[in-house]
Amino acid sequence: MESLAHPHSQSLEVHGHGHDHHDDHEHHEETFLTKYIFSQDHKVIAKQFLLSGIFWAILGGTLSSLFRLQLGFPDMDMSFLKPILGGWIENGKLNPEFYLAMVTMHGTIMVFFVLTAGLSGTFSNFLIPLQVGARDMASGFLNMLSYWFFFASSVIMLWSLFIETGPAAGGWVIYPPLSALPQASPGSGTGMTMWLISMALFIVSSLLGSINYVSTVINMRTKGMTFTRLPLTIWAFFFTAIIGILSFPVLFSAALLLIFDRSFGTSFYLSEIYINGEALHHTGGSAILFQHLFWFLGHPEVYIVLLPALGITSEIIAVNSRKPIFGYKAMIGSIMAITLLSFIVWAHHMFVTGMNPFLGSIFMFLTLIIAVPSAVKAFNYITTLWKGNLVFTPAMLFSIGLVSFFISGGLTGVALGNSAIDIQLHDTYFVVAHFHLVMGSASFFGMVAGVYHWFPKMFGRMMNEKLGYVHFWITFVGIYCVFFPMHYTGIAGFPRRYYSFTSYDAFKSFGDLNAFVSTAAILTFSAQFIFVFNFFHSIFRGRRAPANPWRANTLEWTTPIHPQHGNWPGEIPHVYRWPYDYSKPGAAEDFIMQTVPYSETASSNLEGETDLIEEEIPATQNA
Amino acid sequence: MSSQKVPIWEQESDVAQPTLGMNPIKFSTWLFLLSVVMIFASLTSAYIVRKAEGNWVDFELPPIFWVSSIIILISSVTHHIAFIQAKKDNLDQVRGWMIITALLGIGFLVTQWYSWVYLVQINVYFASNNVAGSFLYVLVGLHALHLISAILFVFVITGRTFRYKVHSKNLLGIELCTTYWHFLDALWIYLFAFLLVFH
Repeated sequence: MESLAHPHSQSLEVHGHGHDHHDDHEHHEETFLTKYIFSQDHKVIAKQFLLSGIFWAILGGTLSSLFRLQLGFPDMDMSFLKPILGGWIENGKLNPEFYLAMVTMHGTIMVFFVLTAGLSGTFSNFLIPLQVGARDMASGFLNMLSYWFFFASSVIMLWSLFIETGPAAGGWVIYPPLSALPQASPGSGTGMTMWLISMALFIVSSLLGSINYVSTVINMRTKGMTFTRLPLTIWAFFFTAIIGILSFPVLFSAALLLIFDRSFGTSFYLSEIYINGEALHHTGGSAILFQHLFWFLGHPEVYIVLLPALGITSEIIAVNSRKPIFGYKAMIGSIMAITLLSFIVWAHHMFVTGMNPFLGSIFMFLTLIIAVPSAVKAFNYITTLWKGNLVFTPAMLFSIGLVSFFISGGLTGVALGNSAIDIQLHDTYFVVAHFHLVMGSASFFGMVAGVYHWFPKMFGRMMNEKLGYVHFWITFVGIYCVFFPMHYTGIAGFPRRYYSFTSYDAFKSFGDLNAFVSTAAILTFSAQFIFVFNFFHSIFRGRRAPANPWRANTLEWTTPIHPQHGNWPGEIPHVYRWPYDYSKPGAAEDFIMQTVPYSETASSNLEGETDLIEEEIPATQNA
Repeated sequence: MSSQKVPIWEQESDVAQPTLGMNPIKFSTWLFLLSVVMIFASLTSAYIVRKAEGNWVDFELPPIFWVSSIIILISSVTHHIAFIQAKKDNLDQVRGWMIITALLGIGFLVTQWYSWVYLVQINVYFASNNVAGSFLYVLVGLHALHLISAILFVFVITGRTFRYKVHSKNLLGIELCTTYWHFLDALWIYLFAFLLVFH
């Protein structure tokens, strides 16, 4: 009833508002401001997220280079950084408080601003409407708001880096009481307040985005685009958004109670505490409660970061192996399983908080189950590559790199998930190595692969391949050089987040290893500027892209090379088949796009597919 | 594509091709409600976890919660009557019932305020070491904030009836408003029942 009534009443409404500037909402004039700044076009919003993400990634990487200098070369004279860091350099040394602040901000920036907003924000926005066959998101306006909330959040987080007491310094997990008591450290004052405000805005942005992504995937697919014909990218973005909708509100609750403890005198998280011999009025709070709430977001968050990268990889590996993805339904099943499991394993971050060992065993058991869907994914990537007609584009190399990190980082996850082994490994560099490989580097590689792969669709030009190869090899080798030695130091008990390890006899012998890691880290970070140069140079000077440069099947390559707002100039194409018909026996080409009906591919149709011809609606009959 | 002057919940898409037969904006609203559910689910489970740790001062729930619960239940009924009248194009009736609903909503907020007054009288404060009390203030306050947004929504929809924007062929706005209102009603009943069991 209603869905019939609406388009009609809508047109009445629009004309009722005839006093505004556009008479025809299909072709109204766009100003610079509405086209590039306050755009409601999902493609422009995606690019805004991408550019912001690149900015944040450079900043986050710079911070890590700075604290790696301290770790690798503790005796170094850092006076040359004084023009940039000012008072944070004291007598040629990095201020210890600022070291903690840099570690905190590096984590916050990379997890939320780069790998959540930069990754999901870019590719969910860009690919969902293009690959499901929609003109735009369910609500372009909310989508625009999503970016601008993120922008506001970014401004506040960036601003907090420049205040006198420094940004938040209690670690990206902001555990109370460090984060709850302004007296705890310089960063726990204004810096922490700004962190909380910034993250509140970030949560709003993320929710607006996620709600849009889910609505669009469910409600706005083109004709014929059934769920089992969706590319795996869309499946991954879809479940990522669901995780976001379910977990970010919990972070909001956690932050709300933290704000009450900080500023209103409640005792949700704060227990009896003495500072400088003086008892605070708080009693009876539970710091563990915060950890429960935080990790209920925090653990799903790592899948918010990782799943889009895995989805992007599925697509790129299938396209460049010229083979159907191995186990399409198993891939969907494993994404679902990971989504489900991601909500019931959070306490494995808390094994050493004194939790009931029996409860620890349950969480250990659930955690180890994640290895199953993860292994399914790794297996399917490798079997897709197996005997494929491999095309080593930079995107393909980065995708294969992701698979490598996913496996090597995932294996250490199996070790860390054991509640007994975790007693030794907790809060050591082993953890740092684990999540930087499996979540950080893998997701980063997925993101970069996505940029190389969809750059032609975004900007109508190709990125330089040779620079891409150089970028890949330096980064790939570099990342292993950075994180592999950390396993070793971690097993030896080397704790993370320590400003100075040289004062401990047990860790003095790691000086050389740390110098090696730091050198590798700084070189790897420097190599990213090859990518940045390639990216911006190619936007203006890159080779002009053909319509379908990778000979891929998905819908985005049926749009014009420079798609306008609305994506397809005429009718939205219909979809007749799944997106992975590569190298189909009997087919004329080694790919059959999703828009090609079975009636046109008689030579390659499999049993059963010929029957589908009768159900096909000729595109012309369908207005 | 679509006109920016049209409120979000009205933007029906000439661009959209609904395949689920559900309006994308309506679907988005349900997803929004889901995220609100998660906020309160996390707070009530935090309540249980915290209570299990002991050091928990018990006190009587404000009896006025029974009154506020009845008020919000009635307001749900009046809002629904308004929705039914909108389907029948009885705009005068719609306005009347919407205004009654908004007044009942304000009445609910007043009773919730008096629940805080009661708490202060029995020496249960928000900023105190009695976490049980702080939780009660947070749950009531956060729910009240949502209800304020719902009352504003009711006013917006009521305003639109005067411009003849709500009628049997344009029900989306009032339907979303009704959904939100029922949701907040159910949410309060859940919170009250939860507090009765676990206080």
